[in-house]
Amino acid sequence: MKEKKKTSINKHSNSKSVIEKTAQRIFMLCAFFGVLAVASITVYMIISGAPALMKVGVGDVLFGHLWKPTGKDPSFGILYVILTSIIGTGLAILIGVPIGVLTAVFLAEVAPKKLASVVRPAIELLAGIPSVIYGLLGLLIINPWMYKIELKLFQGSETHQFTGGSNLIGAVIVLAIMILPTVISISESSIRAIPEYLKPSSLALGATRIQTIFRVMIPAAKSGIITAIVLGVGRAIGEAMAISLVSGSSVNAPLPFNSVRFLTTAIVSEMGYATDLHRQVLFTIGLILFAFIMIINLILSKLLKSGGADHE
Amino acid sequence: MNEFVLRKKKIRMSDIILTLTIYMSALTTVVLLLGIMGYVFAKGIFVITPTFLTTVTSSLHKTVGIAGNIVNTLYIIVLTLLMATPIGIGCAIYLSEYAKPGKLVSIIEFTTETLAGIPSIIFGLFGMVFFGNTLKMGYSLMTGALTLSIMILPIITRNTQEALKTVPTSYRSGAIGIGATKWYMIQTILLPSAMPGIVTGIILAIGRIVGESAALLFTAGSGFLLPASVEEFVGKVGESGGTLTIQLYLSMSKAQYDVAFGIAAVLLVIVLGINLLTKCISKRLDVNYTSKRRKG
Repeated sequence: MKEKKKTSINKHSNSKSVIEKTAQRIFMLCAFFGVLAVASITVYMIISGAPALMKVGVGDVLFGHLWKPTGKDPSFGILYVILTSIIGTGLAILIGVPIGVLTAVFLAEVAPKKLASVVRPAIELLAGIPSVIYGLLGLLIINPWMYKIELKLFQGSETHQFTGGSNLIGAVIVLAIMILPTVISISESSIRAIPEYLKPSSLALGATRIQTIFRVMIPAAKSGIITAIVLGVGRAIGEAMAISLVSGSSVNAPLPFNSVRFLTTAIVSEMGYATDLHRQVLFTIGLILFAFIMIINLILSKLLKSGGADHE
Repeated sequence: MNEFVLRKKKIRMSDIILTLTIYMSALTTVVLLLGIMGYVFAKGIFVITPTFLTTVTSSLHKTVGIAGNIVNTLYIIVLTLLMATPIGIGCAIYLSEYAKPGKLVSIIEFTTETLAGIPSIIFGLFGMVFFGNTLKMGYSLMTGALTLSIMILPIITRNTQEALKTVPTSYRSGAIGIGATKWYMIQTILLPSAMPGIVTGIILAIGRIVGESAALLFTAGSGFLLPASVEEFVGKVGESGGTLTIQLYLSMSKAQYDVAFGIAAVLLVIVLGINLLTKCISKRLDVNYTSKRRKG
């Protein structure tokens, strides 16, 4: 081998192999960029979020319900913020998923091809609309409605704090609309991926088309629909700008007509002016959100893996 | 009466109700989209004038405009793509051409998935702490672009990977067979064949950047002035600059709803354009794909 390397032809190929190796190394480096990014995001979220947990006390932050970050005797309880995010996301899923799954059924099974080819791009477009626009419309369309309902419901009530319409329901409606495209597209493709023999077998047994859809096809597409729901949860819990003005601006218990703060909106609305410990607590909120998202991601990757195995 | 029922096909009430709910759901979705588009355009279209698009908001000249924000948006798009595209494509090439399936690949793929699932507000926090504070870049277009380039990395990687998958194996073995090295094969055969997919990825990434707000609020800041000279334009990298979405959010917070709707209409036009563009490209991609499948 050593002798061969001395000949000129092989020298040429030697320089070629250097290029080859460099190319491979560069590509490998690129591939590690994502790993590096996720690792450093995790590390930085922990570094910036953990100190406040220690300083204020884990129990006081997570289970305290008084949020008075700028008061003389500041209190940093974010229980209501966490609960708002969980309940708000849950309600958004409750509204958005049925509509989304049924629309997916419409696209995959019920609609004539031409109609489906008009509706599908519309849904893609819905996914492309920037979240601030949803926020703008929520603020100017949903909030005034909410205010009218609020005025009627709480007429004469002395304990209710009037919010001018920015409340949990408004935010939930906006979130439900925003998760629709995700839910629809994933559910549709999972309904389309159902083995072909199922539908005719069910019809041949005498089931009607609707019975076939609800008793056979939707259960068969279950794993895909669950994936869609999990993705929807991820999208809803992480959404910030669309609901930051719609949901109101004070930390309250997550009741329908209360002005509330989500994990995301707490960060958005206070990070601009927060200092010291207040700022650190906001990072703790970020860390909690990040923890939620990581859990959702883990569930998702498990689901995708088992789903893949199903199809094989 | 009973005989009549027996002869007639039984119609189930539940079937009718469920069919109706299915139609209602689909209708809701479509009406939502039409409503959103219609409302925004109806309110925003009159705000968009040549002055609105070409001046900056100034109480001295009594103008309200978004030219500065348009420039900032373009600036961030270009910077972000310059950083993220090569890395994203490189990652995809490594995953589909070099890497052997194993733990390493599954880790890389898991992180790409994770990155796609992280909400933009978290990217914003990370960008603020890491690029803004630790690397001392403060609120600047560069901080914003760096943050966004991490965010769009998965979009570019995934689309490139999908595109590389559609390139037939015979192309690869053909090129290697006539003596091309792997890198030469990638340069001359794979990348050109995968180009439509890569371009789709880039356009989708542009869409994400244009619509992004939470990740930019605490990284790129909210400057809205137009650079007056070339040096200023270059120096803008280190200065704060709000994109269209940020300006929309700020106008909305200050209850300047006219400006907000003007920007919203501009954004919707961009979104529509991007949507059409990806449709055109993916149609071309589909033609290649189906002809390939027919042969196989």
